Amino acid sequence: MLKYTLGRILSGLVTIWFIATATFLAMHAVPGDPLMNEKATTPEIRENLARKYGLDKPIVEQYVIYLGNMVQGDFGISFTQQNRKVNDIIQDHFPVSAALGILAITFAALGGILWGALTALYRNQLPDIIIMFLVILGISVPSFVFAALGQLLLVNINQWFNISFLPVAGWGTFAHMIVPSLVLGLGTMALLTRLMRSSMLEIVNEDFIRTARAKGLSPSRIFFQHQLRNAILPVVTVLGPQIAAITTGGFVVELVFAIPGLGRYFVQAVQQLDYTVIMGTTVFYGAFLVFMVILVDIIYGFIDPRVRLK
Amino acid sequence: MIPHPALQADDFTPELSTDSLEQLSRPSLSYWQDAWIRLKKNTRAIISLYLIIGLALFTILGPFLWTKDPSAQDLDQISQAPALPKTALLVSDYLPWTPPVDQGHPAEPTGYPDTLDAVTGFATMGTPNTQSIRLTWSPVQDAGGYSIYRSESEPSGLQGLGLPLETIDAGNILGFEDRLNLKSQTYFYSIIPTDGLDEFDVVTTLKVTPVQSITMSQALERGLIDPSDAPGRSVSLAFHPFGTDYLGRDMLARLMQGARVSLFIGVVAPFIYVLFGVFYGGFAGYLGGKIDQFLMRFADFVVALPFLLFMILFKIGFGIGPGESGILPMLVALILLLWPSTARLVRGQVLKIREQGYIEAARLLGGRPSYLIARHIIPNTMGVILVTLTFAVPSAIFTEAFLSFIGMGVAPPTPSWGSMCNEGVKTMLSHPHELFFPALFISITVLAFNLLGDGLTEALDSKMRSRE
Amino acid sequence: MLDFDFRDLESMTMPKFFILTLFLFAFSNPILAQSVDAAAQTVKIALAQEPPQLNNMTATDQVSIFVLGHVMEGLTRYDRRGNLAPGVAERWALTEDSATFWLRKDAKWSNGDPVTAHDFVFAWRNVVDPKTASQYAFILYPVKNAEAINQGNKPLTDLGIEAIDDFTLQITLERPTGYFLKLTAFVTTFPVQEKFYRATGSAYAADSKDILYNGAFRISDWVHSASLKMEKNPNYWNSEAISLEVIDAEYITADTRARLNLFIDDKIAYTQLDGETYKDALNNQFRIKKFVTGSVYFLEYNYRPERITHNKKLRQAIQAVFDADEFVNKVLQTPGNLPGASLFPSWIMGVNKPFRQEYPAVVTRPDLAKAKQLLQEAKAELGLEAIPPLILLVSDSPTATKQAEYMQGMLKTKLDLDLKIDVQTFKQRLAKMTNGDFDIVGAGWGPDFDDIMTFGDLFASWNLNNRGRYNNPEYDRLVRKAMNSNDPEVRMAAMAGLQTIVHEDAIILPMYEQGVIYLQHPKIKGMRRTVVGSDPDFTYARIVP
Repeated sequence: MLKYTLGRILSGLVTIWFIATATFLAMHAVPGDPLMNEKATTPEIRENLARKYGLDKPIVEQYVIYLGNMVQGDFGISFTQQNRKVNDIIQDHFPVSAALGILAITFAALGGILWGALTALYRNQLPDIIIMFLVILGISVPSFVFAALGQLLLVNINQWFNISFLPVAGWGTFAHMIVPSLVLGLGTMALLTRLMRSSMLEIVNEDFIRTARAKGLSPSRIFFQHQLRNAILPVVTVLGPQIAAITTGGFVVELVFAIPGLGRYFVQAVQQLDYTVIMGTTVFYGAFLVFMVILVDIIYGFIDPRVRLK
Repeated sequence: MIPHPALQADDFTPELSTDSLEQLSRPSLSYWQDAWIRLKKNTRAIISLYLIIGLALFTILGPFLWTKDPSAQDLDQISQAPALPKTALLVSDYLPWTPPVDQGHPAEPTGYPDTLDAVTGFATMGTPNTQSIRLTWSPVQDAGGYSIYRSESEPSGLQGLGLPLETIDAGNILGFEDRLNLKSQTYFYSIIPTDGLDEFDVVTTLKVTPVQSITMSQALERGLIDPSDAPGRSVSLAFHPFGTDYLGRDMLARLMQGARVSLFIGVVAPFIYVLFGVFYGGFAGYLGGKIDQFLMRFADFVVALPFLLFMILFKIGFGIGPGESGILPMLVALILLLWPSTARLVRGQVLKIREQGYIEAARLLGGRPSYLIARHIIPNTMGVILVTLTFAVPSAIFTEAFLSFIGMGVAPPTPSWGSMCNEGVKTMLSHPHELFFPALFISITVLAFNLLGDGLTEALDSKMRSRE
Repeated sequence: MLDFDFRDLESMTMPKFFILTLFLFAFSNPILAQSVDAAAQTVKIALAQEPPQLNNMTATDQVSIFVLGHVMEGLTRYDRRGNLAPGVAERWALTEDSATFWLRKDAKWSNGDPVTAHDFVFAWRNVVDPKTASQYAFILYPVKNAEAINQGNKPLTDLGIEAIDDFTLQITLERPTGYFLKLTAFVTTFPVQEKFYRATGSAYAADSKDILYNGAFRISDWVHSASLKMEKNPNYWNSEAISLEVIDAEYITADTRARLNLFIDDKIAYTQLDGETYKDALNNQFRIKKFVTGSVYFLEYNYRPERITHNKKLRQAIQAVFDADEFVNKVLQTPGNLPGASLFPSWIMGVNKPFRQEYPAVVTRPDLAKAKQLLQEAKAELGLEAIPPLILLVSDSPTATKQAEYMQGMLKTKLDLDLKIDVQTFKQRLAKMTNGDFDIVGAGWGPDFDDIMTFGDLFASWNLNNRGRYNNPEYDRLVRKAMNSNDPEVRMAAMAGLQTIVHEDAIILPMYEQGVIYLQHPKIKGMRRTVVGSDPDFTYARIVP
């Protein structure tokens, strides 16, 4: 197991290196000058900026310098956020996104497993149909609509009752997280519901379930010990990358709810061609994703001993 | 105690032996034949089939039946909610208007007044119509100017005055013309006198309902009248059953045109990348070991790439010029970047399934890997695959909208459902129809594919056969 | 069907729901704080984005300038009525070729040190230093040798600024600059203490503790991307004139609807509305205010010889068919915008009155017949059967796309001209603008300083912001004439000449002067909206009970 894990970590590092390299190349291949701004500047000013950020050097040299710094854990200074270190940006904003993301994933996983199981049990009956319609609504309407509607609902509740039931936007307390995380987790919850339903249906007729029923186990015991455990595999598979994606920030939700998460830096950095922030956030996300995937593969083995990993 | 029924000898007559009795088994059907038969029996699948046919007709035949130009702008009917056909009063072309000035009245007050009287004689000039509403009033003693507000509901005192239309800086200018996005509805105009700087707390309100109107040149341009027609007659305006958007374009025509882009991207892209993901994941999971490791690390690599950056790169790489459709590069890019999640999911399922007895048995009987994957493994992961497929549909539709917005998909004025949604969201409270219709069509599409997915799952799953 | 009892499941998950509900109430203690507090003189607002550059020497964006205008002060400043007033300088003398400022002795930095003339010398040298690479270095170009230094042709010490003693500052001017005093109220010209700047190393202005304040407020708390709190600066020389104790930007979001919701919920006391949100504000019966931002939006043509837009008749045809009035009323739809008529906005001052009142711009009604005639002439001149599609480069903002779509539809129906809309993200658009990869580009210009010249020299052949490379010796001559004169009559006459050239040569197609509508808590008094500098200005605001 230890050897396996070490091997995985090593291959993960190689993956991260590839991610960094591909992003670095793509970033430099995209047209547009990161140092150019709305107001035109003289060539002298541009040269000086290029020197400051090390963009005057040949691209190979820039790459080597960047990799060298990256290995030492230094992602450099942002081009657009005055004098701010990319490390600080990640350090300041990742915990925010992560807190929100974990709550969102919790909502999504609990909801998805519960609803999914329900729809499977009541296949083609009313609960199944209702939940399916909700799921379809959930994935056909873009998340920013839900964000806007969620916020509007909060405002109206606060207005009607004339109390601050939940804050409309902002960050700081647990109360600030509830609605944004629900909105953020909605898509994942819908996906998990459907996945859970379909894998539950596959299991319901398996021999071991029939055996369990035949030997007189209580329905809830069959459900939890046999069905759930066997059906949850696809959910776990999806959860790994989903956790990585959600906990590194949902741009729309952060925007609408004024949450200081990492998501806005992802989007802004590409729009602004902020080289160091693009690299920093991408490599960080890549590393996190690789870690989650390794974790999921290890969890596989625990959930389903039949899955052999070599 | 139940009495035993007495049995007679003739209770035991032998059944006639016929040849048909020998054929107890159903006709031999292949897996796919069987699936097709069961699919036809599945109500969900049938509903979905009708929905898909309906969508196809809407997309393909729609534009022939509803021939309105989807990019024709009708500035007289901006953001119109679905309504019955309207008629409008034909008026002559707009000419700039100079508000009346009372030369006998000072423009600026002498000294600073402590109080000002409310404006009197606040009235309209001419016939208020949707081209312009002209207001006039009598001068107020010592006033240095006036502020004019417009509201769609009656203000109560100084509350709810509405939009600040104009601040006039002279006490002797006695008129104002409003042309700001006028509709044929009731407006409440409020006027407040000022000393040139601050508004005083007296307000006069006027209720005005303009008539729907259209200018000669606009009516001519849209072919609604003959050049010989004179102002004053009534003209039927273009009919928009689903209302119009922010530039007065016909929603129905736009939905039909948008369907092409959205359905193409929403169906083709997911189909291809899910298919690719299925085989990629299938092989990775089945082969396992080092190959699995390598393939999955490559999948991780693709997932982690910054999507937006690579989209820009693809656009450049394909050499899409301004105003040209970027549908194809977008399709390629979506396929290249979005397959890994399906691959991972399928691989996870395969890891589980390949250890099951029947796979072992098939392998021992000499089944080649590709045969095992196609015949045994993938059909057994069909449920999961179909779920990802149905989820990929809306996500592709919205990705298209996002990419079009940043100039990477279809070029304006070509609409798509996703981009219509994006536009509609902003005005979802004031003009809900601009969000509702595109969202409805996306929902119908997603519903159709979900029902089809459900139907297929049940039809394809061999284990479910026993339950019917 | 499986005979499964739903209640089993329900009973298992109930505790979870219970705990969740408990959490919800435990943490959501009613937040009673409101957007304004008269007793504590506190106002809460939202920022549209995190201020990216709080180093005043390099700041260029609105949010940074808003914050800096409250926490720092230059030689001069704007008073509560919007007139130029003494700032760090107590009095001054301006001549054709020099300016002298006598600094007040009680102006202090937030660390207690006095603000001296040396702090200005350091800051100004730093601004024009090519190593600083400040985009706003051109603000100081009226100072002797500034431009040469900025282009790396002269040493820093040649800059025409000298500290005669700690409290006397002597500026030598490159040319007569009547508006020089107004420049000294702009953030780029604010002082920076050398000692402190050096001590922070490369981290100057990266955090609230990395800036030294000399303004009415100081940043007491800055959580990146989350909040920024400004408190009254006790060291400020004029602190008794400041009523507000705290300006608390508790939220940072660019979403106007989110900000409107915060306003409705009484969490913020000021927010700007847009075409999409104002109807919702109306429904809430708020008193809506309007304000002209001072920016002019127009379409700029490409004059490079290989582009057909260098043909004057073609541009005039578009000009003859465009209806600015319809555009403002039907497409923009928000009150406050004015139909575009000139390069110069209507608020710009002339000799005694607003420039546009002294020299009215030519306003014509659209004339389709004339436009078609001009288009025919254009085709003949260009030797083309039909005009090929024109490329309209726009940014990826919803409003820009909407406006472009209007133009596209309008030109197609009226003149049968095809327009291809090239939507580009920020940096890609800039690259295309710089390389001249467009026929028409949607552009806007906001004033950098309070003088007509901030617009006037835009299409001078040497101006780098002249992206279409318009080159007209007569235009250049008029700009030079206005630049080298201190006589308002001469300058405005030259600018009137420019206005005529802009119209007759159809250099640009003026679309609109931007107006905005906003909501302001009725208890805030004295908040000043301003076209130049820190907007809105809360410096002299107060909360009435």
